[in-house]
Amino acid sequence: MRVRVDSEKCQGHNRCYSLAPELFDVDDYGDAHELNDGIVPPGLEDKARLAVANCPEFAIIVEEDA
Amino acid sequence: MTGHHPPVADWATDFDHADPAWAADPFPIWDEIRASGCPVAHSTRYGGVWLPTSHEDVSAIAYDTDNFTSRSVVVTEGRPIAEAPQGIAPPISSDPPFHHGARRLLLPAFSPKAVDLLEPFTRAFCHELLDAVEGKPIIDGAVDYAQHIPVQVIAKMLGLPQEDGDLFRKFVHNILESIDAPLEERFEYFIELDTYLTARVEEHLETPQDDLITFLVNAEMDGQPLNPEHVGGTIVLLLVAGIDTTWSAIGASLFHLASNDADRERLVAEPDLLPTAIEEFLRAYAPVTMARLVKDDFEFNGCPMKKDEWVLLPFPSANRDPEFFEQADEVVIDREINRHSAFGLGIHRCVGSNLARMEMRVALEVWLERYPDFTLADPDAVTWSGGQVRGPRRLPLRIS
Repeated sequence: MRVRVDSEKCQGHNRCYSLAPELFDVDDYGDAHELNDGIVPPGLEDKARLAVANCPEFAIIVEEDA
Repeated sequence: MTGHHPPVADWATDFDHADPAWAADPFPIWDEIRASGCPVAHSTRYGGVWLPTSHEDVSAIAYDTDNFTSRSVVVTEGRPIAEAPQGIAPPISSDPPFHHGARRLLLPAFSPKAVDLLEPFTRAFCHELLDAVEGKPIIDGAVDYAQHIPVQVIAKMLGLPQEDGDLFRKFVHNILESIDAPLEERFEYFIELDTYLTARVEEHLETPQDDLITFLVNAEMDGQPLNPEHVGGTIVLLLVAGIDTTWSAIGASLFHLASNDADRERLVAEPDLLPTAIEEFLRAYAPVTMARLVKDDFEFNGCPMKKDEWVLLPFPSANRDPEFFEQADEVVIDREINRHSAFGLGIHRCVGSNLARMEMRVALEVWLERYPDFTLADPDAVTWSGGQVRGPRRLPLRIS
């Protein structure tokens, strides 16, 4: 499973960073980016889905493993 | 509730967000318009104003900076003198491309990591407020507590005298709540605020400090210092926008917990649930309704919008849209999926959202730690502010 923040859509609400700091970080401007190339370590899939589902801007893209 | 306007006869065709009925309980008004088959209402008050109510329409307008300008975001009888793209209080009143640079100047001071540093100060101040009313059987959650917290924090950030809190609250009331006052009266409010802030800016020019006013007077955009209107407008924005919004959010949360024993008991038992509950309070009691002006004649979803008509952006109504949220009209404190737009959507996302969340969390943690048990002392005594920022202004709570 991988996640990616669409920087065109992200407006710095910081919901992903507060819900899943293992997967996302924010810069000094509050813009979010994925950590570790967006690879979601085993066991953190639910946190990743929670971050995706709480982004008000629909800015996080998730790729589930086939 | 200044009462300059006649009462509203029909909310679908004559709505007025300064009407006391809107302040007291706006939810049925929005629900009715949203479900009416004509979800964008129009009123001829304020020289023409539109009211979208669905999440889809509110977000579409928030994202559309081509057809709607942020030149002014407070609906009044007049139209703003300040011109686009800077507007009167950048960056909230600014349009692209100017908006981007003006906003980036402010963002680092309000990043999550910068806000974390203000938490100990905020927590100590919340305790001081409750120390001052220790032993009283009834404490006003708005007057004795919520209204002081954001004032103290933003005054510290800007470098304004902490003891001027009452004055700041008066400025906020004049600008945001006396929206249907005659234009001459509103003009005088702005002169008073401008005179006060000009004196504070001059003090900072003489004696620089480590604060946001000093930062702004020395800041540059595109290699040029900010013009005086930009510096002054941004200070007004940070002062006004940072105060009654968060005060409203803290007060509304206390109102909910005073009226719902099960939710209050659960949060006392499960303090880790508080951040999730705060997002739900932000959704269900979102304080802020934004506004835009129509740039040029434009048809939006069949609505013939005219140049210089207002458009209200009721994020609290979008947050109650049953097409977008399950159990939209219920407060579910452990709601897991919550894409609320209490802080707006698009390029104007509230610059202070991280600060507001920290202040809410600390204020509620301190209150619940000291007073896990409280109820409304008198439900009829609770009053709510009207206009574009809604929250409790009188909230007597009985401590048991």
